[in-house]
Amino acid sequence: MAENYTTNQVRSGQKILIDGDPCVIIDVDLVKPGKGQAFTRVKFRNLNSGRVNERTFKSGESIQGADVLDTDMQYLYNDGEHWHFMDPNSYEQHQADKNIVADASKWLKEEDHCSVTLYNDAIIQVTPPMFVELAVVETEPGIRGDTAGTGGKNATLETGAVVRVPLFINAGEKLKLDTRTGDYVSRVKE
Amino acid sequence: MEVLQLRAGLLRRTRQFFDREGVLEVETPILGRATVTDPHIDSIPAGDGYLQTSPEFAMKRLLAAGSGSIFQITKAFRRGETGRRHNPEFTMLEWYRVGFDHHRLMDDVEALLHDLLDTGVSERHTYGATFRDYVGIDPHTAEARDLQSAAARMGVSVGAPTKLSREDWLNLLMAQVIEPRLGERAPVFVYDFPKELAALAKIRHEGGGLAERFELYFHGTELANGYHELTDAQEQRERFESDLALREMLGRETVEADPNLLAAIEAGLPDCSGVAVGFDRLVMIAAGKTSLDEVLSFPTSRA
Repeated sequence: MAENYTTNQVRSGQKILIDGDPCVIIDVDLVKPGKGQAFTRVKFRNLNSGRVNERTFKSGESIQGADVLDTDMQYLYNDGEHWHFMDPNSYEQHQADKNIVADASKWLKEEDHCSVTLYNDAIIQVTPPMFVELAVVETEPGIRGDTAGTGGKNATLETGAVVRVPLFINAGEKLKLDTRTGDYVSRVKE
Repeated sequence: MEVLQLRAGLLRRTRQFFDREGVLEVETPILGRATVTDPHIDSIPAGDGYLQTSPEFAMKRLLAAGSGSIFQITKAFRRGETGRRHNPEFTMLEWYRVGFDHHRLMDDVEALLHDLLDTGVSERHTYGATFRDYVGIDPHTAEARDLQSAAARMGVSVGAPTKLSREDWLNLLMAQVIEPRLGERAPVFVYDFPKELAALAKIRHEGGGLAERFELYFHGTELANGYHELTDAQEQRERFESDLALREMLGRETVEADPNLLAAIEAGLPDCSGVAVGFDRLVMIAAGKTSLDEVLSFPTSRA
């Protein structure tokens, strides 16, 4: 069972239950009119819907914690409907559908590790590593000599993601990418 | 370091302002035997007493002893108040003008602000008009449930088990809905509060009772709180008692009403108005910052 927090214990990053939904706190501030009752204003992201909201609690009230766990898992495969993940310690398998995997799917390569958020033992969020290494399967041939990296072109990666890369990149090369922005970082030497 | 220089400059100009105005700088104990009875302020116990949450009581004792108009720049302490605009230890500028009502004191605050922040002419609105403009409700007659639905309409979402009083809702609407929108261009004074929010202000028996209290807002931040001071010892005693009763109901630790303050008011507190300015917030605004941490040499987390 998740612990509860009183208003003076809440901090950014904690997971709480709001109207039955697991949420992560993104900001906390004290609302205290000079002579009046103190309140704690909590800004949170709903982990199911992704929406950001605010709620004000009277100081001293308790806020229900959510049994939410961020854990490292290995991505196994996609059966067309579900993405399957495995806990590398317990070998327990979990699945998640398209709505949950969302944008993370374009960075997930079989056998790679990623961060999975579990609530009541079900996956509610999948976060790829900050940087991934993926091979280019298709792009216009590289322009030899253009090492300045000016301009750019599209490249399709082995996961299906399409990213902007410098002109000198060839199909078959492995690239390092920033999953937060989708930006090319560098070539990876084999 | 730039902020420290800015703070030093503001302190210097504040002292010059009061020197010009003939207001005497005083010092009163930071460690006092008694403390305030405010239902929503917790003092920090120290030694045989408390670190003061404001120099108000000691300064009123000086006024009763015939000091004339006085000002003080001091540290004040309030337990548990940590946030973007709160630090448990903070600098307060407080002053009293003998013979002034709250309107004349607002003129004074405006003049000081002009000296310190180069602000123009301030706006002045009654508490009633402010609520009607921003929340569409009359704060003097609305009941708790009316204020609750107004808050819901304004998008203020409050934790479910909360049972709030009329005063709580008024304070919450002020802090959450109105305050962030006040004083974008010029300082805004809000005056004539509902009588339940009088704190230590005189109540004028007009329109069902109005408290001669004002607050100053600038850049969406409450910067000052002032009163045409209550000078009636009997009424002061009754307010202390109702504060203490509310403290007990809220389950807050009991404190004793300051006997020295009561004796001083009984002996005769001259007609006067007083105001407290959150000096760190003033520095924050002057520096163009949005949190106190950015203008304190060492905020509480690193103190």
